[in-house]
Amino acid sequence: MVRTISDGIVISPIKNGTVIDHITPGEGLTVIRILGIEDGTNVTFTVASNVVSSRGGRKDMVKIENRELLKDEVDKIALVAPYASISIIRDFKVSVKKPVGVPKEIVGVIKCPNPNCITNTKEPVKSKFVAHPRGFRCQYCDSIISREMDIGDYI
Amino acid sequence: MTHEQKNILSVRDMEREEIDKLLCSAAAFDRGNFTGHELDGKLLAVLFFEPSTRTRMSFSSAMMRLGGKILNLGSVEATSITKGETLSDTIRVISGYADAIVLRHPKEGAARLASEVATVPVINGGDGAGQHPSQTLLDLYTIRESMRIENIDVGMQGDLRYGRTVHSLAFALSKYNNVRLHAIAPEGLDFPSHIKEDLHDAGVELIIHDNIEDALPELDVLYVTRLQRERFPDPVAFANYASTYRITPALLECAKPNMIVLHPLPRVDEIDPAVDALPCAKYFEQAHNGVPVRMAMLNEVMN
Repeated sequence: MVRTISDGIVISPIKNGTVIDHITPGEGLTVIRILGIEDGTNVTFTVASNVVSSRGGRKDMVKIENRELLKDEVDKIALVAPYASISIIRDFKVSVKKPVGVPKEIVGVIKCPNPNCITNTKEPVKSKFVAHPRGFRCQYCDSIISREMDIGDYI
Repeated sequence: MTHEQKNILSVRDMEREEIDKLLCSAAAFDRGNFTGHELDGKLLAVLFFEPSTRTRMSFSSAMMRLGGKILNLGSVEATSITKGETLSDTIRVISGYADAIVLRHPKEGAARLASEVATVPVINGGDGAGQHPSQTLLDLYTIRESMRIENIDVGMQGDLRYGRTVHSLAFALSKYNNVRLHAIAPEGLDFPSHIKEDLHDAGVELIIHDNIEDALPELDVLYVTRLQRERFPDPVAFANYASTYRITPALLECAKPNMIVLHPLPRVDEIDPAVDALPCAKYFEQAHNGVPVRMAMLNEVMN
């Protein structure tokens, strides 16, 4: 059956690539930023924001054409969208579904919130955070980004 | 402390056994049980990007007492750092000149970064408001020499918000059995919430006091820190606090007979000089303990 906009289609299907669904509302563009495919790259992507979710409530959704996300990239997405689901699309069909999982270590993704941290200088060093019961801890200065803070602001 | 390259970066990284081993080693050095040739032929690079008296001189003293020699960075203004060289490059270069590096730097995490690029052991001599493990170890050593480090009540007074020595010492004490911490600080300078949460996670009982008089009778150790005027909203607020919390012989009359008073120094007005003559005043002894403790640290990473 061909679905129409009135049936609820907000972005068209893709032939090959990745669909990231059930992203926390408002975090779709953060996901794009995490994946490093903002404007200026040759990757085609679509973001649907604040759409009605079949699970109830609202969600963001991202479709990326001709690119299959790797596990590391999926893990990074978990930082801002812990309940997202990721589908790899091949020839318009879902080939693989990947759950996101919060990684134990995040390298080079989060900017340390401590302005006096060595990672916020011109030193050639990537930020490194490890999972902590209350969020993520900077391996250099011990600062914590708690779950209550908006991690997207530090990505 | 890693085993491949024995760095000492933070007490957070250290197991209780590692700390106790260093304190035992410090006690041996303190009692004169060394030849003075333990580090013969070794060179220690002393890189201080911030002013320091006690830490720099006691590391130098410790190295020389063990037979080693010192390479001093000197003033930062006279180095390539003023030309824009990164810390990483500086450390890589100096790794080839010395057998170990002691680093003090204004940025938190600098010592950890240095340890990642260095090919010789790195000791953190204090990084910004972060860690200062040699100070913590000498604090622990001073307590250990006066009493046991368990079943004790330790009061921490002063700037608990920004003071790295109290944060580091609190973490270290959390590794010992049944140590109760008492926080005595003016409004706004209490322990930061993440430190309180860490201490709670470590199972430490933290008691907050409004005034020193309430806390004092319970304490075995009173650790006083310096207050900085700029932390207070106005000079009047600072003067009020300074006069209310100043440690004097009269105030100490309600303390336990064996309680000790520590201070990482330099002090300004927090402790009345009249306290210096009392048996409880251990802060100068504490500063002197920096030498055997740093001898133990240097011996550990280089031998």
